[in-house]
Amino acid sequence: MAIIERPSSEVAIAGGSTVGVKPSEALGVFKRPAASTSWRDWIVTVDHKKLGIMYGVAAFFFFIVGGLEAVLIRMQLIAPNGKVLNADQYNQMFTMHATTMVFLFVMPMAAAFANYFVPLQIGARDVAFPRINAFGFWCFLFGGIFLNTAWFLGGAADGGWFMYAPNSSTLFSPSHGIDFWSMGLQITGIASLTGAINLIVTILNMRAPGMKMMRMPIFTWMVLVVQFLLLFAIPVITVALFLLTFQRSFDATFFDVASGADPLLWQHLFWIFGHPEVYILILPSFGIVSEILPVFSKKPLFGYPIVAMSGAAIGFVGWGVWAHHMFASGLGPVSVTVFSMATMAIAVPTGVKIVNWVMTMWGGKLQFTVPMLFSIALVVQFTIGGLSGVTHAVAPSDTQQTDTYYIVAHFHYVLFGGAIFGLFAGFYYWWPKMFRKQLSESLGRWNFWLMVVGMNMTFGPMHMLGLQGQPRRMSVWTEARAGEGFFNLGFWNRISSIGSLVLSLGVLLFIINVVYTHKSKKVAIAPLDPWDGRTLEWMTDSPPKEHNFDTIPTINNLDEFFHRKYAQDATTHEITQVATAEEVLAEMNAHPDEHIHMPSRSYWPILLALALPIIGYGLIYNRVILAVGVAMVVATMFGWAMEPSTAADDDFDPPAPGDGGGHTKELAPLG
Amino acid sequence: MADTAIAHGHDSGHGAHVTSTGLSNNKLAMWMFLGSECLLFGGLISTYMLYKGRVNSGPQPDQIFDIPFTSVSSFVLLMSSLTMVLAVSAAQRKDDRNTNLWLTITALLGATFVGGQVYEFTAFYREGLGFTTSLFGSSFYTLTGFHGVHVSVGIIMLMALVGMISRNRIPGNKAESVELVGLYWHFVDIVWIVIFTLVYLIPS
Repeated sequence: MAIIERPSSEVAIAGGSTVGVKPSEALGVFKRPAASTSWRDWIVTVDHKKLGIMYGVAAFFFFIVGGLEAVLIRMQLIAPNGKVLNADQYNQMFTMHATTMVFLFVMPMAAAFANYFVPLQIGARDVAFPRINAFGFWCFLFGGIFLNTAWFLGGAADGGWFMYAPNSSTLFSPSHGIDFWSMGLQITGIASLTGAINLIVTILNMRAPGMKMMRMPIFTWMVLVVQFLLLFAIPVITVALFLLTFQRSFDATFFDVASGADPLLWQHLFWIFGHPEVYILILPSFGIVSEILPVFSKKPLFGYPIVAMSGAAIGFVGWGVWAHHMFASGLGPVSVTVFSMATMAIAVPTGVKIVNWVMTMWGGKLQFTVPMLFSIALVVQFTIGGLSGVTHAVAPSDTQQTDTYYIVAHFHYVLFGGAIFGLFAGFYYWWPKMFRKQLSESLGRWNFWLMVVGMNMTFGPMHMLGLQGQPRRMSVWTEARAGEGFFNLGFWNRISSIGSLVLSLGVLLFIINVVYTHKSKKVAIAPLDPWDGRTLEWMTDSPPKEHNFDTIPTINNLDEFFHRKYAQDATTHEITQVATAEEVLAEMNAHPDEHIHMPSRSYWPILLALALPIIGYGLIYNRVILAVGVAMVVATMFGWAMEPSTAADDDFDPPAPGDGGGHTKELAPLG
Repeated sequence: MADTAIAHGHDSGHGAHVTSTGLSNNKLAMWMFLGSECLLFGGLISTYMLYKGRVNSGPQPDQIFDIPFTSVSSFVLLMSSLTMVLAVSAAQRKDDRNTNLWLTITALLGATFVGGQVYEFTAFYREGLGFTTSLFGSSFYTLTGFHGVHVSVGIIMLMALVGMISRNRIPGNKAESVELVGLYWHFVDIVWIVIFTLVYLIPS
């Protein structure tokens, strides 16, 4: 029997059929969009899985944009007195490279995985607020596009990604680039904030029966920690960005040194956001590898509660270390000591995680699949980056390294070698779940090795460049001051630039792999449980049905799916397989839930999100456009508020013959 | 408030479903949002505290503040929290008429406060404190302006609630919708207590 009964007016009206049911028209201005398979469905969808894929595609697009910017930077520095970019373009390029990678790739890509897999991992049918979820995605996309339109409207932001005041004032940056930057980040900030609230409520409130906090998969745990970090970090950058906008657009004096302003105010506000931000970037990847390592080691995660709690500890301590970005600004000995100690302390929970990963692999039957390779690479590369990070905690050493390539080397090891390798591990691991096809392992190995070699070639030499004193953000270097022999800047700059091309080739192979997997007829449909998974997301179809699970499972164990497939002999402690994935699924689906109410599609999220960049353009160019944007926000908010999140009950449950009726099981969320 | 929430969270038929924590999704989300708002006002208040004494030109804070006037408008805002509680209580008794009455009074008290703020801003401006006059001016108008916008948004929410209740257009749990707006309203009031104390009462 059909277990989803949802409005299907399009069919009904178009076909003139009498069985169709009308969607609720009572309260909306528009008729509610009904189910369809066309591209329109992607515009109005509120399905967390579709939104996850949309987040992923959009974020990957921005990854390529940011990557091309990086390659241009490296081509400029491949030889002395580079001519590829002029100084002004170079400033814009490194600013937008960092902004794009941080805000438009790593954060939304983590959101893509969180959106797709958190509801599946906790046994929910969707997130708590599906329309807000869609709104968050559109805010991110429109904010990112808005930010990048600055390239065509007089030049992009050029103050570096942390946009220090007073360098960000109109005196030093007269183009509109920084206006676009601050308002674009404001819009993507809305996406992060709404996403954070949504996922926190989802994880706390919508777990399947028996899914206690300490039975949640570790990826879900890390997502929860990240969402709390976002919840409290985003408002701080919001304040900073508002001050900057008021300064630039309305002549406020916040960063005007002549009026007695303190330029450190911006630095504090930015880094109070900015340091939790780096954990926002890395923790989702920590979660992903903590899922992957046990699967391919054939062992449970070593010290699950410790891994979960050390993630939470990183989240807490991450709030007390922001001033280590400001050691060179003259904070005074007490502040420097305190932040130095706190920064060293945060290495402890991070180190604990690394120990746990190594111990997970210790003595396991390791399978070196591509997701496993990326995960192991994360452990290795992140450890290198973490060790250079500890050298920044030591204030005297940090003062020497501030604003040199050594810093650039450090954060690329933790962000590329850490965050991005984790995301690639996630692509390979979860691809068969999302798209029914497994990415090619042989192409994947090429992809992996090119990326590892390319990464170390690009960022490894930067340690030496930095310790030799090459400052970051200089558009040229000259032969006259390049040094001799092994420490010649020219040699290492050239290696680094060539490395960036190898790295690009690696990413290109990933794209080729995706195209090959989906176009080639030789690639077969992946099995239901290709990796012998342990967590709940594998305990449903690939890709999952719109309502995720036919029956919401009751959870009795950590790694529930593993425990349904395997049993341990009480006397011999031998672990034997008792059921295949297909059998587990068949047993679950034997008695599907009836009357599953999924949230209805809606036009309002995209319309409301569309109003925000209009407000942005209005603030920069024209007050009439601003008024139109504000009017759109008010109108769409009322439209949203008056539209019930699910269509009326009559729409879902047409009286069917033989239906007892009355006992509607409302499992889908409202919101 | 939280205890009441648990007690009354599941008494309505439509829209109530069991959650892992027992709190409804909407209410948990509102608490999370308010937690986030604390940091927003934290940032703005810190900025003001840093800059309150920095006056290169224009009037000093203690030269222009009219404490008795602002005390009265603060009192009006605090009283609106009381009427908001009465509105929530009426909504939980499913008494639409009194709910609307108290919501309207709350909105009027809020509007009185915002009116007072507009008057105050105008007076300060005439006395020579513009938005760009000094660091004190920029940070004072930004902090109190953000609060004023929050109150105004609250008034719009209250009036929308009145309109939607009287035309019976609230999807889901009516009492909870009133309570959620109430949570927001109380939060904005509490923030004002902090701002009033730090900005007006403590001399710079």
